[in-house]
Amino acid sequence: MLRLENVRKRYKTGDEALKGVTLEIPDGQVIALIGPSGAGKSTLIRCVNRLVEPTDGKIYLADTELTTLPPGALRKARRRMGMIFQEYALVERLTVMENVMSGRLGYVGFWQSWFRKFPKEDVREAYRLLDRVGLMPMADKRADELSGGQRQRVGICRALIQNPDLLLVDEPTASLDPKTSRQIMRLINELCAERGLAAIINIHDVLLAQMYSQRVVGLKLGEIVYDGPPDGLTPDVLTEIYGEEDWEATIEKVDEEENGDTNGTQNAEAVS
Amino acid sequence: MSDAAGTSYPTRWKKPPFIKNSLLRWSIIVGSAVYLAAAIGTMDVNWTRAWEGLPRGVDMMTKFFPPNFADTRGVIFDGILESIWMAIIATIGGIILSIPIGLGAARNLSPRWVYLLCRFIVAASRTFPEIILAIFAVKFFGFGPFAGFIALSIGTIGFFAKLLAEDIENMNKSQAEAVRATGSSWFQWINYAVQPQVMPRMIGLAMYRLDINFRESAVVGIIGAGGIGAHLLTSVQRYEYDTTSAILLVIIVIVMTLEYTSSYLRKWVQ
Repeated sequence: MLRLENVRKRYKTGDEALKGVTLEIPDGQVIALIGPSGAGKSTLIRCVNRLVEPTDGKIYLADTELTTLPPGALRKARRRMGMIFQEYALVERLTVMENVMSGRLGYVGFWQSWFRKFPKEDVREAYRLLDRVGLMPMADKRADELSGGQRQRVGICRALIQNPDLLLVDEPTASLDPKTSRQIMRLINELCAERGLAAIINIHDVLLAQMYSQRVVGLKLGEIVYDGPPDGLTPDVLTEIYGEEDWEATIEKVDEEENGDTNGTQNAEAVS
Repeated sequence: MSDAAGTSYPTRWKKPPFIKNSLLRWSIIVGSAVYLAAAIGTMDVNWTRAWEGLPRGVDMMTKFFPPNFADTRGVIFDGILESIWMAIIATIGGIILSIPIGLGAARNLSPRWVYLLCRFIVAASRTFPEIILAIFAVKFFGFGPFAGFIALSIGTIGFFAKLLAEDIENMNKSQAEAVRATGSSWFQWINYAVQPQVMPRMIGLAMYRLDINFRESAVVGIIGAGGIGAHLLTSVQRYEYDTTSAILLVIIVIVMTLEYTSSYLRKWVQ
C-alpha cells in the first residue's frame, strides 16, 4: 500500500528531522507511530502527502512514486490520502457541511466548489458520514460552535469523504480528554476496518497506541528504533525510544484496559 | 529569609531594563530630553498674533450659526451626492484591484518575485497621500470626479492590499494545511481556507476605507477633483460661513452614520 524507501528530510535550519526512514505498510494495516517530541513523527507523515517536501528518498503509494509528482498529479494523489489533524484544523468560520465537503475539493471543479454545488452523491455521502459519527443535526452549525470531540469527528468525515486508501493521522487526541480520546481512536479504528483502510497514526500516548493499533513503530531522532507488535513494547524498548523512565506502571495498565476495551470495540462494531 | 541549609535568597527584584547597556540607555533618555527642549526652544511662536487671532476665530464661529442649508446655488446636495458616489466607486474599484495584489503580497502564498513586485506596488501607492495623487489625476484626466475616483482608488490599493496581505500572513496555518491536504487546487484553497479566515476583518476594513474615502473626497475636491470639497472652499472664500457650517454638518452626519454602520456590521460578520 505505502512504501517509504530511505526517506530523509533536512530543514533549511539544518535540522535533520528524518535520517533515512524505510517502512512498508500493507493494505488495511493500522500502525501507530510513537516517539518523543521532535522525533520526526509529524515530518514523516507530512512527507507522505508532501505538505513537507522530503529531501531524499522515495515514497510509493501503491504503484505511484509520490516524491517526483508534478503539481497536478500530486493533487490527484492527495485525494487518495485522507489526513486527520492535531487540534482538528477545521476551517472555523465555515459550516460543518462545508468542512466535510472540502474533502471533495480534489474531485470537483472550481465553480462547483465556489457555489457549494456539490454532486448529489457527494452530499448524500457527507450526510451518511455525519450520521455515522453521530453529528447529523450539526451539519449547518459553524465549526467553531462544536466541542473538541465533535470537531475531530468532523475532521474524520472530511478525511473519509475523500474516499482515501490511506489515512495520515497526526496526534488526533492531543487536545482531547481521556474518554473522548478513546472514543476518537476507537472510531478511527472501526472506520479503517469497515473500509479496509491503512493508517499511520502519530500518537504521544503509548497506552492508546497499544490499544488501537496492529503494529507500532518507534521513532527516535529521525530513525526507526522499534517496529513490531503492540505487546512487544517492553520497558527496555520504551527506554530505547524515549529514554530512561519507570515504564512498569504504563505497561501493566495497558493489559487490564486492553482486555476491557476489546469487548467494548466488539460491541460497538456489532451495533454499527 | 534563609532556609534550613543556610542559603539566603534575594528579597529585592527589579524588572530587567528594555535596553541592557546602561550607557546606551541613559544616552537615549538624556538625548531625547535635550532634543525635545531644543525643539520647543526653536519654535518661533508669535504670541501677539495668536492672541489677536482669537477674536477673529470667535467672530468666524458665530457666523457659522445658524447653518444655512438654503443651498442658494443648489450645490450642497449635488456635491455631497458626487462625493458619496466617488467614495463608493473608488472603494469598490480599489478593493477589486487590491485583492490580487494583496494575495500576491502575502509571503506565505506567493513566490518571491511576485511578493516583491506586489509589495512594491503597495509601497508605491502608499508613498503619496491622496491629495498628491489627485493633483496628478487632475492633470491627466481633467477636472471632475473621475480624477478623484482614480486618486482614491490608488490610495485604497495601498491601504487595503497591505492589510489583506498582513492578515493572510497571520492566518491559522493548520487550517490552510488541512484544505491543501485534500487535493484542492490553488483557487479552491484560497476560497475554502484563506477567505473564511480573513473575511470578517476585510469587511470591517472595507467600511473603514469607505469612511476614509468619503472624507478624502472632500479634500481632493478642493483641488478640483470633484465632490463637495470645491463648494466647501468656495463658501469659505466668499465668507459664506453659514453655508460652510451646513456642509460640515452634513459631512459629520455622514461620517458618523458610516461609523455606526461599520461597527454594527463588524459585530454581525464575526
